[in-house]
Amino acid sequence: MIMKRRDFLKTSAGAGMAAGAALSLGGYEKLWGVAPTPEKYDVVAVMGGNPDAMFDLGIQELGGMGAFVKKGQKVLLKPNIGWDVIPDLAANTNPLLVRRIIEHCLKAGAREVYVFDHTCDNWVNTYRNSGIERAAKAAGAKVVPGNTENYYQQIEIPGGVRLKRTKVHQLLLETDVWINVPILKDHNSTRMTSCLKNTMGLVWDRGWWHANDLHQCIADYALFEKKPVLNVIDCFNVMVKHGPKGVSKEDVVQMKSQILTTDWVAGDAAAARMLGIEPEKIDYIPMAHKAGLGNMKLDSLNIRRIKM
Amino acid sequence: MTSPFLRTFRIVFSAIVLVCFLIVFIDLRYKIPSEYINALIYLQFVPSVIKFYDLRIMAAGGFVIVLLLTLLTGRTYCSFLCPLGIGQDLFSRIGGRLRKKFRRFGYKRPHTIIRYSLLAVTLVVTLVWGVYLLTLLDPYSIFGRFTTYFARPVVILINNFLANILGKFDNYSLHHINIKGYQLLSYSIPAAFFILVGTLSLMKGRLYCNMICPVGTLLGLLSKISFLRVRFEESKCTRCGRCAIVCKSSCIDFLRLDIDNSRCVECFNCITTCPDKALSFGVVRIGKKEHKTDESKRRLIAGALLGIAGIGSLAKAQNNNVPTPKKGTTVREEKTYPVAPPGAGSIEEFNKHCTACSLCISVCPNQVLQPALKQYGLVNMMQPVMNFHKSFCTFNCTRCTEICPTYALKPLELDAKKLTQIGKVIFIKDNCIVKTEKTACGACSEACPTKAVYMVPYEGNLVIPETNESICIGCGHCEYACPTTPYKAIYVDGNAVHVAAERPEIREAEISAPEEFPF
Repeated sequence: MIMKRRDFLKTSAGAGMAAGAALSLGGYEKLWGVAPTPEKYDVVAVMGGNPDAMFDLGIQELGGMGAFVKKGQKVLLKPNIGWDVIPDLAANTNPLLVRRIIEHCLKAGAREVYVFDHTCDNWVNTYRNSGIERAAKAAGAKVVPGNTENYYQQIEIPGGVRLKRTKVHQLLLETDVWINVPILKDHNSTRMTSCLKNTMGLVWDRGWWHANDLHQCIADYALFEKKPVLNVIDCFNVMVKHGPKGVSKEDVVQMKSQILTTDWVAGDAAAARMLGIEPEKIDYIPMAHKAGLGNMKLDSLNIRRIKM
Repeated sequence: MTSPFLRTFRIVFSAIVLVCFLIVFIDLRYKIPSEYINALIYLQFVPSVIKFYDLRIMAAGGFVIVLLLTLLTGRTYCSFLCPLGIGQDLFSRIGGRLRKKFRRFGYKRPHTIIRYSLLAVTLVVTLVWGVYLLTLLDPYSIFGRFTTYFARPVVILINNFLANILGKFDNYSLHHINIKGYQLLSYSIPAAFFILVGTLSLMKGRLYCNMICPVGTLLGLLSKISFLRVRFEESKCTRCGRCAIVCKSSCIDFLRLDIDNSRCVECFNCITTCPDKALSFGVVRIGKKEHKTDESKRRLIAGALLGIAGIGSLAKAQNNNVPTPKKGTTVREEKTYPVAPPGAGSIEEFNKHCTACSLCISVCPNQVLQPALKQYGLVNMMQPVMNFHKSFCTFNCTRCTEICPTYALKPLELDAKKLTQIGKVIFIKDNCIVKTEKTACGACSEACPTKAVYMVPYEGNLVIPETNESICIGCGHCEYACPTTPYKAIYVDGNAVHVAAERPEIREAEISAPEEFPF
């Protein structure tokens, strides 16, 4: 959809007013007992700002972090911290974004926020060089290792076609809610990595997925009962080739975008379009759609598009 | 000097040295800077000699300082700087505690034939053939293996235990560490030496240093003429014999007021013990008679000749064990060569210089370096080899090349390391999931840092790996990531001689940022 200038102005003004109102109201909403009830969007897409600013705006459109994280809850944030590269190479979720989400969680009253990933490269270096460890700690989260098998516990996946059981990180089971924060990237084999594929960092034996129909395993995992309350897809810097690890900064295109959604299949479908790929072409997306795990038909969704 | 502080100083100094070595070898967080490690190891005798032989620059000449120090002060190296020596003192002390009532060192005759033969054989083998015997006998390397093979795993187990407990309290300041590799067979030699050195030091003080250690024997030759020595003051001595009882080297013949300076390690126990201050550390008075002519020199020569006679044939026989290429790679991953660590230059050169001190194995953050069994041939057992079934080489790490005490691994700048091809990727299509299962995989290409492994269209929607050897650096991440069993579908075959890989071609992205949301 092409946004007209008038729409854009309206949108911007609207967003600005909403943000302003939220700021000025502060804690008064509760006093009046009437929290502003925004329209229910399936997907919120933001473009044109820095990762943290885009998140501020996007989460506002979804009713604020309080809609997803309740007071006193333990929250798991699962960014993509797969590869031992610097943030500019966009192989890992943007640390600014991670930091801002944690701040929102804590502001919403989260008791504790945890961050971890089962990295592909050496985990100590990856946590450090991705900039995520520092950002998360600065925001007040606990950064937890996921490097050995004893952090993982067996779960059952009823209805899984290929993946019927797997081992997931204990934090996923111990926390009250989890937020999926993937970065959109090209992927050499599945063509794209985003929401659903990011779950491979929750499990111990990724190799098994690779050896047993990768697409089906990715879709199967989404059946597991503990689903993310929110997906935030980092499309600020996007690796468009040589993914998921990348070779040089020439692999990266700055898209300055972000997609927020509670429907991860829809999120993946929208993300695929950002890479210029039709969602049907990425096998695990239609698989998950058919299993009723989300809606890949973007036309039928209520999408809020914001340009900053 | 008769001050009891000599001994106290020795104990404090050596304790600090030992702790520093233990920290370097057991550093579970890989935080000790390489410069610090190099400074600590600079004075280690054998590594320094090998490094000097290779570089021929005085900057690598820590051993010269040791030689001068020995000429000046006797075998202080053995008590102050040698971690194996210091470790033995610790053992010896424990031994003393265990059998307090029975333990009397007392004077013993030197094991002249054994020690000089061993020195001669070691020298000859090393000069004629290579470091193989030094690998076994260099005290620093022995110490390195003890810590890498025994102490480090124990500390890791303790760490994991604590990490478990802390984790229960939601504290993640410690984390679990997997112990990778370490096949039982590779423990055989260190275990045998541990029993040997451990028992000797528990029961007999410094007998290992004075009978077997070639460095001890060599420095002993020099310390015979050292400037400063422990000496008797004849007029003060009451022949009480206490000095001989506490002498770990069993080298004080108090009845003849004679100290065998070739065995004395300057521990100063005797000086502290002597109630009459009859023993002191100082300049030997001129005019005092030296040792009588001894058979030892003749024995030395005889031993050396004996050694040389045996060497040639031994060397020939062993040369057959150097890995030779096997023809025809099949579906089984068959490596023509093992993969030697970056900085090795070539397997041959590497094998010649490495004394298997295992420092690189200890400091490798990915634990991809593992002690070799027979990959390099049995004589090179325990030298580090890349094990890509257990782990892979981190792309932006040069740790092992920075700290190698013997220069078997030469320093590589990070940029150079990223272009150093230590092996080449080989893809076995018939093993590949994409072909056998007709499902997507790509684990290998995903992990490849240079995209020497990339995916090309296959049947239907599928893509299958293809390789570009010229930009492969042999890091082994593809082999590690490949999920097939028992044989991998992709693996790295070692380069006998490490070469420069080509730089990956860099092209601008074809996709540009969408100006509007494409949905």
